Amino acid sequence: MSALLRIPTVLRPAMGGEASITVEGPTIGAILSQVTSRYPAVKGQLLNADGTLHRFLNVYVNDDDVRYLGGLDAPVADSDEITLLPAVAGGAW
Amino acid sequence: MTRYASVLDLIGQTPIVDVSALSPKPNVTILAKLEGRNPAGSVKDRVALSLIDAAETDGLLVPGKPDQILIEPSSGNTGIALAMVCRLRGYHLKVVLPSNVSPERRQLLLAWGAEIIDSPGSEGSNGAVRLAQRLSSEHPEWIFLYQYANPNNPLAHYRTTGPEILNDVPEITHFVAGLGTSGTLMGVGRYLKEHRPGTQVWAIEPPSGEMVDGLRNLDDGYIPPIFTDNHGAEMLDRKVVVRPKESIEWTRRMTEVGLFVGISSGAIMAGAVKCALLVPDDQTATIVTIACDDGWKYLSTGAWSDDIDEVVERAKKIIYF
Repeated sequence: MSALLRIPTVLRPAMGGEASITVEGPTIGAILSQVTSRYPAVKGQLLNADGTLHRFLNVYVNDDDVRYLGGLDAPVADSDEITLLPAVAGGAW
Repeated sequence: MTRYASVLDLIGQTPIVDVSALSPKPNVTILAKLEGRNPAGSVKDRVALSLIDAAETDGLLVPGKPDQILIEPSSGNTGIALAMVCRLRGYHLKVVLPSNVSPERRQLLLAWGAEIIDSPGSEGSNGAVRLAQRLSSEHPEWIFLYQYANPNNPLAHYRTTGPEILNDVPEITHFVAGLGTSGTLMGVGRYLKEHRPGTQVWAIEPPSGEMVDGLRNLDDGYIPPIFTDNHGAEMLDRKVVVRPKESIEWTRRMTEVGLFVGISSGAIMAGAVKCALLVPDDQTATIVTIACDDGWKYLSTGAWSDDIDEVVERAKKIIYF
């Protein structure tokens, strides 16, 4: 079982310069924990000291924000696409 | 025919039209509220009038006093709406605008007499917000209404857009709108949650974080204070990213129901369709979406005429949300 993790430009220097990597795990929490052990330098960019998601990091499973799907407990299925995006000012519509 | 004393009296009371011909499921009705019918052309007319009225009530702005200057970051629609209201009320508006907005937005701002201050296009709306904050601190005599943090932004929607929607669509089950300043979602969302508990509120956003290269690290991120102040994370039921290609595809499909709308409206419709697909077959649902503006300001993107992949590449470089 594996999923594709898309990495935004701002995080690439701390994650081997890759635009995407293959990851495995049943939940977003498990996957982020795997990513932070592979790339320790990115830990502070992904998670707060208490282990919760960084305030300015949005994580999506197939374009759905995981904060509304159970947060770190959000389930990940085979072939899912996970996208990390920094929170920035939206446009003014 | 009704007679109005001022163009400002034409703001709001926009029509809602059934676009269920585009619904993927027969048991789900989708309705679009046409905010392009506002006099300066977008949902932001409501916000602009609310911000200026409140500033006058609070004495920040004094009607009739000469040389009053406002500064505001905007990727377009708020700037255009504020420029129109300022023109009528006699204030000078400086709009901090990312250099990569569509040329029509720039032209409209100039048409309404606003002054444009360019911010780096590569920094997106984040860069415009930062520059406006810096300039306003250097010029404390300028009035900075700051739409991203001003409670009168969501209040405009709590007082007008929300009640209009519930009045016209009392059976609403889902409200789907775009997440920019979060003013529409927070204002309408709070109104609906209070007056029709159980209504689901969905936010649709562009993948803009991918394109902003002014970020050095995540700590440079930005969440609109309005979102935090209104407990947005608890208010929303779902938040979905819609990619540029889907946005353009659905902007085109809106013409099938006679609607020539802006690209963000196409993105929101794409989100409404995702929402409809999750409704079980044995249930009915009524989704209300916002069509933020009409398509005129986006003609230069070739959104309706050119090869879709070329348009998508162009759309990645142009701020349309």
